[in-house]
Amino acid sequence: MKRVLLFILAFLVFCSSVSALEINREVLPNGLVVLHVERHNLPLVMVTLLVKAGSLDEPKEGLAYLTASLLTEGTKNRSSTMISEEIEFIGANLGASARRDYTTLSLSVLKKNLGKGFEIFSDVLLNPTFLEEEIERKKELTKSSLRQDEESPLFLAQRAFRKEVYGEHPYGRILRGSAEAINAIKRDDIVEFYSDYFLPNNSILSVVGDITPQELDALIKEYLGGWQKKPVPSRRSLPVRRVSKKVVKIDRELTQASIVLGHLGIRRDNPDYYALSVMNYILGGGGFSSRLMASIRDRMGLAYDVHSFFSSNKEPGVFQVMVQTKNESANTVIKEIIRQIKKIRQEGVTDKELEDAKAYLTGSFPRRLDTMRRIADFLAVVEFYGLGLDYIDKYPEYINAVTREDVLRVAREYLDPENYVLVVVAKQSEAKVEAQ
Amino acid sequence: MLRFTLLIISVFLLFPSFLFADVKEYTLKNGLKVLMVEDHKSPLAVFQIWYRVGSRDEVAGRTGMSHLLEHMMFKGTSKYGSKVLSKTVQRYGGVDNAFTTKDYTTYYQILPSDKIELSLDFESDRMQNLLLDEKETLSERSVVMEERRLRYEDDPQNSLYEEVLAAAFKVHPYHWPVIGWMSDLANIQRDDLYNHYRTYYSPDNAVIIVSGDINPEELIKKIKAFFEDIKPVSSRRSLVTSEPPQRGERRVYLKKEAELPYILVAYHTPSFPDDDSYALEVLAMVLSGGKSGRFYKSLVYEKKLALGVFAEYSGLHKDPYLFFLGATAAQGKDITEVEKALYAEVENIKKQPPSEFEIKKAKNQIEASFIMGQDSIFYQAEVLGWFEMLGDWRLKDKYLEGIRQVTPEDVQKVAKKYFTEENRTVGILIPLKEKE
Repeated sequence: MKRVLLFILAFLVFCSSVSALEINREVLPNGLVVLHVERHNLPLVMVTLLVKAGSLDEPKEGLAYLTASLLTEGTKNRSSTMISEEIEFIGANLGASARRDYTTLSLSVLKKNLGKGFEIFSDVLLNPTFLEEEIERKKELTKSSLRQDEESPLFLAQRAFRKEVYGEHPYGRILRGSAEAINAIKRDDIVEFYSDYFLPNNSILSVVGDITPQELDALIKEYLGGWQKKPVPSRRSLPVRRVSKKVVKIDRELTQASIVLGHLGIRRDNPDYYALSVMNYILGGGGFSSRLMASIRDRMGLAYDVHSFFSSNKEPGVFQVMVQTKNESANTVIKEIIRQIKKIRQEGVTDKELEDAKAYLTGSFPRRLDTMRRIADFLAVVEFYGLGLDYIDKYPEYINAVTREDVLRVAREYLDPENYVLVVVAKQSEAKVEAQ
Repeated sequence: MLRFTLLIISVFLLFPSFLFADVKEYTLKNGLKVLMVEDHKSPLAVFQIWYRVGSRDEVAGRTGMSHLLEHMMFKGTSKYGSKVLSKTVQRYGGVDNAFTTKDYTTYYQILPSDKIELSLDFESDRMQNLLLDEKETLSERSVVMEERRLRYEDDPQNSLYEEVLAAAFKVHPYHWPVIGWMSDLANIQRDDLYNHYRTYYSPDNAVIIVSGDINPEELIKKIKAFFEDIKPVSSRRSLVTSEPPQRGERRVYLKKEAELPYILVAYHTPSFPDDDSYALEVLAMVLSGGKSGRFYKSLVYEKKLALGVFAEYSGLHKDPYLFFLGATAAQGKDITEVEKALYAEVENIKKQPPSEFEIKKAKNQIEASFIMGQDSIFYQAEVLGWFEMLGDWRLKDKYLEGIRQVTPEDVQKVAKKYFTEENRTVGILIPLKEKE
């Protein structure tokens, strides 16, 4: 009884905080979706522009990343150095990054510098020049960063894992592309990708902070007024192959084995997303409360961290478990992971586990939205995946509707303890990975 | 409304004074200090408890004790079992964790504000009643050894950082890493930890900081009820040793499987509130405050020698610490060229003070990042903790005021004073890799 009461309280807290978030949504004549939340507790404004094009849409590997990273490297009005100098002089942050499904351009700026900040923001968005010299420089830097990442066992494991799970599908790449792929990108590719996709009718502008609707309207009119709509290429839906079991071993001079085990997951619009969120929290997503953590870290003392997740995108994402353990313990840990996956598929979860998972997932929502930066990014993504402006209210309903039977069903449907990809980066002579 | 107007004015005129306007301070009879900051923007609160103990308080042969003890603080008391705290906090959508540094150890929970009493119950309990079960200690020791493998043994750049610290400090305990040496970890016994716990975990050696949606007048009553009866510890050893001046360059090389060469240079510098600390902070910004900083412009953008480069002044230490310069060589570039280029930038500042524009830019960046940080209730509390660990949270006003006073000549002066060959320790990572 006490538990039920506490649970209701947590739920009320959640709702009250959420109703404070008044979201204004508007679609401009040029097709740009504008989301706005006014907040005056600090003299700050956070801007996120989401362009609906990511590596999923790139005709050449690494193109979305390269295009995004070149936005801030020169415009018709400013050189690369001028951009960073002007932005940093006002203490603002401006950055672009490509993801699998979309690209974002973000500005964080003090209210007193909003005009200047937004002007530079619009300049890099609308007038990038993609000079050959800057393209070459960025390509070299990117290739160096890829090289350095080879020092990271987890990077090696993830790269191999994606390759096995997705094959030639764009999700099988690393965002930056391979060194060879980067070499193959030409300036024309970048210009074409930019002009095909960086369009108002293909974008979402999310603005949170110390700015009134009138101020926002004026900024948009002045700096984004000339942004013209144009037809957007339709998104290709590419088949993802189903793989059978595969074990990849990568040999390095390491003391620990980095282990990634998993397989294909779900699309973001899959209705089982919420039941899977609950199931995964219990299996390995719930930090110190998860089963994998309780067994592999707390009971066996074999790892500092172990966790599992479903990434969900426009196309099917992945399910994976990640862990690092000393080479000699690799087999023990892999066996335990598979045992836990089998167990949750056979036995499901207890009422208490279910209740705790739901309480966490619903109750942690305010924390996910506790800064203006987080709210701005969140709103853009909610709009992009079509979750609805009432998603903040709906989310706890979706989660609370999940039953033990749902959890068992999705565990059986979406976890596969037979056909998985297992990658082990380790000193193989010590890890001696067995066929599981 | 009045409050809001005042805020804005103070940002323009005198940014530091408004930032932490309302800190409530209390000291309990047993010496426990309590600081509180109200911020009602969301229904959340952060509870932090800071103990004045870190690797600085350890001795040779028993390094890593403070950090291992931090892990054990989650493993149960006579009242609550292992991980009960974390699980309870998560049930309300919260998170909890801890971190150990050279000078202090901090535990925190972020919770719905009406659940903050949980923190009082759990933290007052584990301040007094930690079990330190023999078997759990052994198991957690292995977990920390895995953490060490993850963060240091298998990370070439972090390994070099350990080498540089060990060479820069030969007398002071900053010589060893917070996580401890592997062979020490293997030998720490349950009773060592217990003595460490009994010596340092007491109300007179701790500070509680709470921020967020709280009512300080109400909360202090509850804090008193939970904490005021805990007995202080009458005596504890205080560190008396100090690092003698360095009389010549020290060089260390690390040969390890890696991809790109890396250099880390450390100069001994005083810590805050030394008069030079403000100019050192601004100097770090002038060198590497973003892409318009001198380092990026020269080494990455113009000369294309480095993949990444940084300058970092770590002035918030109890004892004099270090000013770091670091760079990862770009693919195919010689690390000796990178080293020369770093020194060339340093020499430029020694020869000629930075421009007024650069100094203003650096100050604007520091100002803006402080204001943006205020959007996070965790950061609000953390900043108070940093300064309180140096003696008094009010020092943060002195710090920001000091930054405002810095002139180009001050920056030149500290560069001349500390960036000398005699005062530096240079570490170089030589990749041992001839694969493929």
